[in-house]
Amino acid sequence: MTLFVLRRLLGFAVTLLLAAAVIFFLLDLLPGDPAQFILGINATPENVAQLRAQLGLDAPAWQRLFIWIWGMLQGDFGQSYTQNAPVADLIGERLWVTMPLAILAMAIAIVVGLPLGILAARRRGKLLDTGIMVLAQTGIAIPNFWFGMLLALLFAVTLRWLPPGGFTSWSEDPAAAMRALVLPSLALALPQASILARVMRTALVDVQGQDFIRTARAKGMTMGEAVWRHGVRNALLPVLTVLGLQFAYLVAGTIIVENVFYLPGLGRLIFTAISQRDLILVRGATIVLIVAVTATMLVIDLLYALVDPRLREGEQR
Amino acid sequence: MGKTIRVAGLAMALVLGLAGVVYAAPSEIRIGVALEPPVLDPTAGAAEAIDIVVYQNVFEGLTQIDQNGAVQPDLAESWTISADGLTYTFKLQADVTFHDGTSFDADDVKYSFDRIKAPDSLNAHKEFFADIESVTVVDPLTVEIKLAKPSGQFLFDIGRGDAVIVAPESSANNATDPIGTGPFSFVRWDKGSRVVLERYEPYWGKKAALSKATYVFISDTAAMTNALLAGDIDGTNNFSAEALDVFKADPRFKILVGTTEGETLLSTNNKKPPFDNLKVRQAMAHAIDRKALIDGVTYGYGVPIGSHFAPHHPYYVDLTNTYPYDPELSKALLAEAGYPDGFSATLKLPPVAYARIGGQIIASQFAAIGIKLELINVEWAQWLEDVYANHDFDLTIVSHVEPFDIGNYANPNYYFGYDNPDFQALIETLNGTTDEVKRKVLAIEAQTILAQDAVNGYLFELPQIGVWNAKIEGQWQNAPIEGVVLKDVHWVD
Repeated sequence: MTLFVLRRLLGFAVTLLLAAAVIFFLLDLLPGDPAQFILGINATPENVAQLRAQLGLDAPAWQRLFIWIWGMLQGDFGQSYTQNAPVADLIGERLWVTMPLAILAMAIAIVVGLPLGILAARRRGKLLDTGIMVLAQTGIAIPNFWFGMLLALLFAVTLRWLPPGGFTSWSEDPAAAMRALVLPSLALALPQASILARVMRTALVDVQGQDFIRTARAKGMTMGEAVWRHGVRNALLPVLTVLGLQFAYLVAGTIIVENVFYLPGLGRLIFTAISQRDLILVRGATIVLIVAVTATMLVIDLLYALVDPRLREGEQR
Repeated sequence: MGKTIRVAGLAMALVLGLAGVVYAAPSEIRIGVALEPPVLDPTAGAAEAIDIVVYQNVFEGLTQIDQNGAVQPDLAESWTISADGLTYTFKLQADVTFHDGTSFDADDVKYSFDRIKAPDSLNAHKEFFADIESVTVVDPLTVEIKLAKPSGQFLFDIGRGDAVIVAPESSANNATDPIGTGPFSFVRWDKGSRVVLERYEPYWGKKAALSKATYVFISDTAAMTNALLAGDIDGTNNFSAEALDVFKADPRFKILVGTTEGETLLSTNNKKPPFDNLKVRQAMAHAIDRKALIDGVTYGYGVPIGSHFAPHHPYYVDLTNTYPYDPELSKALLAEAGYPDGFSATLKLPPVAYARIGGQIIASQFAAIGIKLELINVEWAQWLEDVYANHDFDLTIVSHVEPFDIGNYANPNYYFGYDNPDFQALIETLNGTTDEVKRKVLAIEAQTILAQDAVNGYLFELPQIGVWNAKIEGQWQNAPIEGVVLKDVHWVD
């Protein structure tokens, strides 16, 4: 198990380093100059040159790459070009919105999706199964920004139960912060819950035909007991994979829902930073996302090994 | 299933339990704005979004621009100008304090202008203040500014956001913690979300009616609509014309349509063939149907322009009929210029609706006279580099939102590539003239030259479409300068 973990950790580090270099050079190719953007349409070329020098944009690319990676290893993500503030702080503020939002959406998706999937598998071919699968299909097909707008129209504009968007910081009013996340997390959770329900159902249906279920039945368990005690655990493998991908998506891919609910999340930060050519901020935020995604994958890999001992490769028995 | 229902019920209870209705107190206001400022220091960047939040609210200048575009006293209560037009002596307001409690006096004025003029200054509009020769403190409430040459625009320029008065004690932190002398002081900035201002009680002038103002950043039009309808914001200074219908019939809201300083142009690379040919530019001018364009782009709210000047300005002259819409004449002019079959060109479009939609309409209007346009969408950063800095373009659509920026045409290195010595001399004279009557004559002459030379396609003045709670009054209808000025805004019953 130790070797397995070590190999995964090494892979994690190499992925990060490669990703950092790729991001750095790709963004360097983007047309557009942050200094020109800051100074705008009446700027003189001398002023722009001066600001470029001040921002440290004059150094050759490899040198800037080295300074950047060296800084990050020491926890220094640099200074944002446009916002005049440390990149780490800017990203940190946004994570307080993005992470709770992703976790809440994931929790709703699990709480709603998995039981529905299990239920559908148990009633395979029956009306309930068909009903749940039609619902799930619809849930996947509905774009979440549109569903978000419907939610806002109903719960914020018509009923006025919840705010239509915006965010109050946790330190100022935790209840208001929580209220601000309810509708966006519902909007995000719908397609994820639908996907989970489908994956769970399929996995469980597959498992139900396996020998060990028949053996469990032969031992005298009811079908329900057999599925619950042996089937669900085995069916969780594919579900875990999907969960990992979904969580990564929820951290990185929420920009559209953030726009609909004007939430100060990581997605909007990156979008604005790209359009303003605040490349150091884009790079820092992207690295954080890559860390989040690869770390999720690492955790999922480790969980796999826990759920299925056969996957602990390299272990001597 | 029973379990599922219980879980769903729990979730619902959670939602309902957290729900609450928030009522806005009548002395507070929440304003939706589309763009978040990168910093809150108006002397440190060109972004309009900075002035929207802080201009005349947090920061003040020696002069201020009122809602008609006229210069009014602000931190300078009065001034005298020497006979040669070179020396301005400003008498300052007494008993003014900065929001951190430090007092304001002539030293702060000197500091602010020296800061703009310093060699390492990155003020986005340094050029407006290039003619300031010296700033001298006469006594704590008197400042003398000497110019290298007379300037009719000087009093306006020192009223811009770029020239607000800052204090040496706090100016370094103004980007994130702005300290000014205005009627509102800065409270907090939740990045990505909002900026909160509150009334500054020791303010030297008339106190604001509002006790608190929150700027909420909402870039999406549908989200802005929801926020207005749900009462999460009390108004917005600039709303999209295409989504306005929701509010027209709703008595809870009022719509204020005004003008801005945004001359929307079909900017033309005058140095590059075939656009260096006057006949070609005239042909393009005759091919533009402004009415169709304004209807398509702004739902009819824009005001047509015939030259580079804002229609609300006292010096404005209507030149929209210099080259009236006439496609047949266009074709004839193109043939005369040696392009009987037209030609192909590119049109670079920045990411704003007026450009992207306007580009398609212009392309179809030009296709009718044989000019085939290739539409190229670019981001702002790319536009600034390609078009503005490197002059790598044929045509582009952009709104020039700076007040009184006709002087750009006197710079042959500006991206228009317009090099007319007569016009340059005229602007030189205009800048050096302080007599209002003479200035107006000169400004009209300048507008006329640009219209006749068809330097750019002059399309329309961008409208400002405010949507506000019907019980709010005192907000500016027009935007003669960038800003959402709050000092007169108040609730009525």
